[in-house]
Amino acid sequence: MIVYLFFLLAVLAIASALAMIINKNVVNSALFLVINMVSLAGIYLLLNAQFLAIIQILVYAGAIMVLFLFVIMLLNVQDEEKLFDKFRVKYFVAFLLGVAVTGQIFYSIAGVADMLPAISEKMSYIGTVEAVGDVLYTKYLLPLEMTAILLTAAVVGALMVAQHKIKKA
Amino acid sequence: MIEIDWFLGLSAIMFTIGIIGVLIRRNAIVVFMCVELMLNAVNLSLVSFSSYHGNIDGQILVFFALAVAAAEAVIGLAIIIAIYRNNLTVDVSKINLLRW
Repeated sequence: MIVYLFFLLAVLAIASALAMIINKNVVNSALFLVINMVSLAGIYLLLNAQFLAIIQILVYAGAIMVLFLFVIMLLNVQDEEKLFDKFRVKYFVAFLLGVAVTGQIFYSIAGVADMLPAISEKMSYIGTVEAVGDVLYTKYLLPLEMTAILLTAAVVGALMVAQHKIKKA
Repeated sequence: MIEIDWFLGLSAIMFTIGIIGVLIRRNAIVVFMCVELMLNAVNLSLVSFSSYHGNIDGQILVFFALAVAAAEAVIGLAIIIAIYRNNLTVDVSKINLLRW
């Protein structure tokens, strides 16, 4: 059952990622990326990472993708007309590079295959909100506070970069 | 039960699709979305290693990576808006402001 669910979600994720990069319309690309994020959240659930699955949907599929769609609508971007109409050396080089990277990663995965045991009953509780929060607010308290500062700095920086008139100091 | 290799393989394929997207697309927003896709692929392999080792630290790292990705998306989109305001394009092959 879990195996079928995994393959369904994996095929959905790969298909939506491919559809994202070959779609001419930017809004459609963004919506395909949302499908990809949601299927990844399902895969996180299969991996017993419940907290991260919810965070993935809330932050990525919710907040970040809404921001992307907002910017797309704001800029009124036209479709790319010439995406695959003629053969370009660029596409060929990109495809070769992609195949090289995939081959390298699969080679290194195959070298260490079957070295980890399956998820046992005891391990299936590490991804709950309680477990994550327990570690996050004790052992990783300083990085958490630094994240808060980083997000504040990002908001201020975005306001400064995107503001219409930059006042002379 | 599924072996960890399947999760790592899915992560590798998604990372590759992200790389190809960054290389072939010219719209800056789509390039940016492909970068997000690559970040997600790496997050998937971190979560799968964390689950199969029974160690929470990988998931904490993914949490921080998510926060940094949110900050990065905000700044990157602000830069795209600023470039669009000056050049009236988001085509990365026409943006040559910093080209020597």
